[in-house]
Amino acid sequence: MSNKHTLSVLVENKPGVLARVSGLFSRRSFNIDSLAVGETENPDVSRITIVVNADSSPLEQVTKQLNKLVNVLKIVELDPAQSVQRELLLVKVRADRAQRSQVLETVELFRARVIDVAPDTLTIEATGNPDKLDALLRDLEPYGIKEMVQSGLVAIGRGSRSITTGPALRAA
Amino acid sequence: MTRPTPESLAQRVTPATVAAAANTAPAAVAPVATTGAGALVRSLEALGVEVAFGIPGGAILPAYDPLFDSKVRHILVRHEQGAGHAATGYAQATGKVGVCIATSGPGATNLVTPIADAYMDSVPIVAITGQVGRPYIGTDAFQEADIQGITLPITKHNFLVQSPEELPRIVAEAFHLAATGRPGPVLVDIPKDVLQAQTTFQWPPVLDLPGYRPTLHPHGKQIREAARLIAAAKRPVLYVGGGVHKAGATDGLRKLAELTGIPVVTTLMGLGAFPDSHPQHLGMPGMHGTVPAVYAMQKSDLLVTLGARFDDRVTGNLDSFAPDAKVVHADIDPAEIGKNRHADVPIVGDARHVIDELIAAVSANAAGTAQYESWWRTLNDIRERYPLGYDEPTDGSLSPQYVIERIGELVGPDAVYCAGVGQHQMWASQFIKYEKPGTWLNSGGAGTMGYAVPAAMGAKVGRPDVQVWAIDGDGCFQMTNQELATCALEGIPVKIAVINNGNLGMVRQWQTLFYDGRYSNTELGTHKHRIPDFVKLAEALGCIGLRCESKDDVDKVIKQAMEINDAPVVIDFTVGKDAMVWPMVAAGTSNDEIMFARDIRPTFEEDDL
Repeated sequence: MSNKHTLSVLVENKPGVLARVSGLFSRRSFNIDSLAVGETENPDVSRITIVVNADSSPLEQVTKQLNKLVNVLKIVELDPAQSVQRELLLVKVRADRAQRSQVLETVELFRARVIDVAPDTLTIEATGNPDKLDALLRDLEPYGIKEMVQSGLVAIGRGSRSITTGPALRAA
Repeated sequence: MTRPTPESLAQRVTPATVAAAANTAPAAVAPVATTGAGALVRSLEALGVEVAFGIPGGAILPAYDPLFDSKVRHILVRHEQGAGHAATGYAQATGKVGVCIATSGPGATNLVTPIADAYMDSVPIVAITGQVGRPYIGTDAFQEADIQGITLPITKHNFLVQSPEELPRIVAEAFHLAATGRPGPVLVDIPKDVLQAQTTFQWPPVLDLPGYRPTLHPHGKQIREAARLIAAAKRPVLYVGGGVHKAGATDGLRKLAELTGIPVVTTLMGLGAFPDSHPQHLGMPGMHGTVPAVYAMQKSDLLVTLGARFDDRVTGNLDSFAPDAKVVHADIDPAEIGKNRHADVPIVGDARHVIDELIAAVSANAAGTAQYESWWRTLNDIRERYPLGYDEPTDGSLSPQYVIERIGELVGPDAVYCAGVGQHQMWASQFIKYEKPGTWLNSGGAGTMGYAVPAAMGAKVGRPDVQVWAIDGDGCFQMTNQELATCALEGIPVKIAVINNGNLGMVRQWQTLFYDGRYSNTELGTHKHRIPDFVKLAEALGCIGLRCESKDDVDKVIKQAMEINDAPVVIDFTVGKDAMVWPMVAAGTSNDEIMFARDIRPTFEEDDL
C-alpha cells in the first residue's frame, strides 16, 4: 500500500512562507513528492498542496510541526477517494511524418491536447491524476521524449463543503 | 486576530502581556511623527522593556540614536553572542522577555548560537537586528546576511520589516510570540532605511496573527483519563521538565505531588521546580541522573509527564526506556506529544492549567489516591544504597565536586546559579541543592559552551537583589569571558567560579572511558602552562581575581567572594583533572545499563516489585 498523503495547507500569503514550509520538511527529514502553491479565493491566503511519502506516525509529527508555523492557518489531509487530484504535464515528443498519426492517436486516447507543432515534434498538454499521466508517458516513450515538464499535484475535496469551513487536521 | 483573554493576562506579567493588555485598551498614545527607529524604541518602551543587551553597527545605527535618550537601559556588550546569552539569562531568571540587539551581517550571525540555544530551551527572547537598506537587499551589500533565512530553523518565528508603519505591530507580535504558548526566540530584522524613514507612531497596535492559537486549557476527558491511570498505577512517577517552570506551575506541582504521594524526578531544565530537599524528590533522571531517578522511570508503570519532552539524554536508548510504563504526556506544544515516545494519554495545555485540573480530578476521584507503599519501599532502598556522591581524588588534588558542593552550601538556595556545559554543569546539577524555581540556569538542549558568563550577567541585571554565581569550566570560560569587562564597567557584580581542571573535562572523560585514554586535543594548558592565568585575566577585565588550590581554602575563598559586591569576582579553582561524572548512562545505551561509578553497576532486587 502506498504511503502517499496529500496535504492541503492554507497559509498567509506573505513573502517567505513557502521557504518556511519546505525548509521544515527538509530539516525534519521528510521527503516531499510534489508541491504546488497558488492563491486562493481569498487573496490573503495561499494554498500549498503537498504530497508526502510517510507512515502515519511521522505524518502526524510533520503535521504538528507545520501547524506550529505562525503563518500556517490550516492543514487538511485530502483522501484520494473523496477528492479530485490533478497534475499538468507538458511533453515534447518526437513525431515525424511517419509517427505523427500514431502519436495523435495516443493524444486522442488520453484526451490530451496538442499545443504546439514543429516539423519533427509535437508538444502535448495533458492533465489528470498521476497514474493517468504515467500511463500517457509510457505510451509516448517509444517515440522519443525530447523534453517534459510537470506541475505539482493540486487537489480539491469533492462535494459542496469548502476546506476553509471544514475541520482541520489537528492531531493530539 | 489574536485576542488575549483576561485569564491569560493574569497568568504572568511579561512584556508580551503588557503588550496584550495595551492591545485591548483604548489608544494609549496619540499618534506622533517620528522615524522608524523612534517607533522601534517607543514600542520597546510601551512593552515595558527595562533592558536590552547589544552592540551598535552601521545598519542598526539609526536605532541607537533614540535609544540614547530612552528609559530602556542598553548594556553595551563585547560580543553579540554575549548579548544573546545575557538576554536568555535575564529571561530565565525573571520570566520576562529578554532583548538583544545587533547590527547586520556578522553582528546578526554572532547571535545565531544564542538564538539556537534559546530555541532548544524554549526561552523567550527577542533579537533585533539591523539589515542593509531595502534597495540593497539581495545584492551582497557590505555587511549583508540573510539573517531571516539563517534563523528560520532556530526561531519560533522571525520577521523582516518592510515599512516603518509595520514596526509597532511587528515588535508587539514578536514579544507576544516569544512569551506565550511554548516560549522561544523571535527575531526582528529591520532594514536601515526603514529605521531612517519618517512614520507616525501609534500605540497600541492590533496584533495580526491569525495562524497562532496556542492551546492553554487541557481537554477534560484527557484529564479524567490521566486521573484514572494515576489511581490505577502501582509504580507511577511524576516526570517534570522545564515547562513547569515556564508556566509558573511549581506550587501546583508540589500540591499534586503531596496529594498523590507520587515520586518526582526533575529533568536538567526542570531543576528547582520541585525542592531538592523534598522527601518525594528522587533527583534528576538521564545520562548523569541519580540511580533512583533513572531506576524509578525504568521500572515505572505510569509516567506522568509534565512539560518534559523525552529528550535522548533522559531516555537513553528509546526502545528500552521505561518499557512497562504507560505515558501521560502533558505539554503546551502538541508536536512534542508522541514525538519520541507514544503517549497513552496526550494532554495539550499550559502546565499550570494541566496541574490545577489534575489536582481537581485526582481529588474528585472516588477511588482515592492509590497507595504506593511497596513502590516507595523499593525506591527508598535504592536511594539508600545509591546516593549521589564522589570519591576524593587520590593524587591530592582538589575535588571539583567538593568545590561545587561547598558553593551550594555556603551561598544557599536563594542565589541564582548558572552553568556552562560539561562536567562542571553536571556536578552543579547534582551537588547544588535547588529549592526554588528560576535559581538554576543552564544550556540544556543546545549544550552551548560559553553560556555561563553572559547568562549570569543577564540574570544579575534582572535580579540585582540576589547573588548570581556562574559555575564555569576552564574551556567554557575561555569562550565568552570578555563579557566580564561589560560586567565590570556596567556594575554587574557576578561571581564566576571557574572549575579549572586544565582540560575539556567531559570530552576527556569520554576519552578515558571509550577511547582507551587517548587524550586527543583535550588538554588546554591552563594547568600546565597557566595560560591564561585566570587571576590575571580577571584583573585585566576589571574584576577581582582569586585562586584556590587546596581543600582547606575552599570555604575561605567562597566567603571572600561573597563579601565582594562592588565588582565581579572570578575564582580560579584549580582542581584535579581525573574526576568523572557519575552515575552515567553511556550514550545510546539503555538506562538499564546505568553505571553508579566506573565498573560498578547497581544491583536491583527485582523481586521487590
